[in-house]
Amino acid sequence: MNLHHFLFLSAILFTLGIFGIFLNRRNMIIILMSIELMLLAVNINFVAFSHYLGDLTGQIFTFFVMTVAAAEAAIGLAILVAFFRNRSTIDVEEIDSLKG
Amino acid sequence: MATDIIFYLFSTITVIAAIGVVASRNQVHSVLFLILTFFSTAGLFVLLEAEFLAALLVIVYMGAVAVLFLFVVMMLNVDFEQLRQGAIQHLPLGLFVGLVVLAELIIIFNGIPTHHQTMAAAGEVSNTLAIGKLMYTKFLLPFEIASLILLVALIGAVVLTLRKRKGVKTQIIAEQLARTREQSVEMVKVASGQGAQS
Repeated sequence: MNLHHFLFLSAILFTLGIFGIFLNRRNMIIILMSIELMLLAVNINFVAFSHYLGDLTGQIFTFFVMTVAAAEAAIGLAILVAFFRNRSTIDVEEIDSLKG
Repeated sequence: MATDIIFYLFSTITVIAAIGVVASRNQVHSVLFLILTFFSTAGLFVLLEAEFLAALLVIVYMGAVAVLFLFVVMMLNVDFEQLRQGAIQHLPLGLFVGLVVLAELIIIFNGIPTHHQTMAAAGEVSNTLAIGKLMYTKFLLPFEIASLILLVALIGAVVLTLRKRKGVKTQIIAEQLARTREQSVEMVKVASGQGAQS
């Protein structure tokens, strides 16, 4: 178990996040969850480097990434709920017709 | 050796759960798989001696973010099968892009030399204490800005989802308090045997 194991794991997780966006490109909830997966992959990268380089700054940065991810999830889901009230759907392809 | 086995166990669970997040047919199952992903990642963080972040992952992600997703999924009455239509035709493009990104990341990561320098800098103190000392000294300003971000997210979520319904009888306390005695009470002299006139 060394640094590369964690880096490959985070690469696989990040790729799964991208793949999820392509696979469910009409469902906004799954897209938000895929973004969470990608942020998690980035966090694993930060923590792995922090451990193997002996520097705590990576873990501090992971803390800030978590803060921003929580805020992003809250705002994104609030926008989703507001959109669903107006259009009764969460289809991403219909968001561009949100006028008047 | 034992850490290797634990690493492979947790990473296998993480990857399988992540596949479940993107590929499962039921939305609620997706969110539950997301919780499993977070939990096994917390195990990996413990393996990397980042106990504080592991606890934070369990508390913040599983306790707050995933439950928020679960609430929204269960609150919205959406036909998810209809949203999945046409997903198969995006599959080749998604696989192509995913494989390209994966190959690029692996090529980059292979170029990084492996260091075997453990947390000598942290010394004897625990992980939480070391992070706390660093966060309240060197990273104090970013820490305060992070709290501002959370405040903006809090207010923003309330503002986005709050709506005023029309035609609902509610109590407006300000109007009640603004009433004066002259507006509401009238003194009348009632002659005996005639009753008060309305």
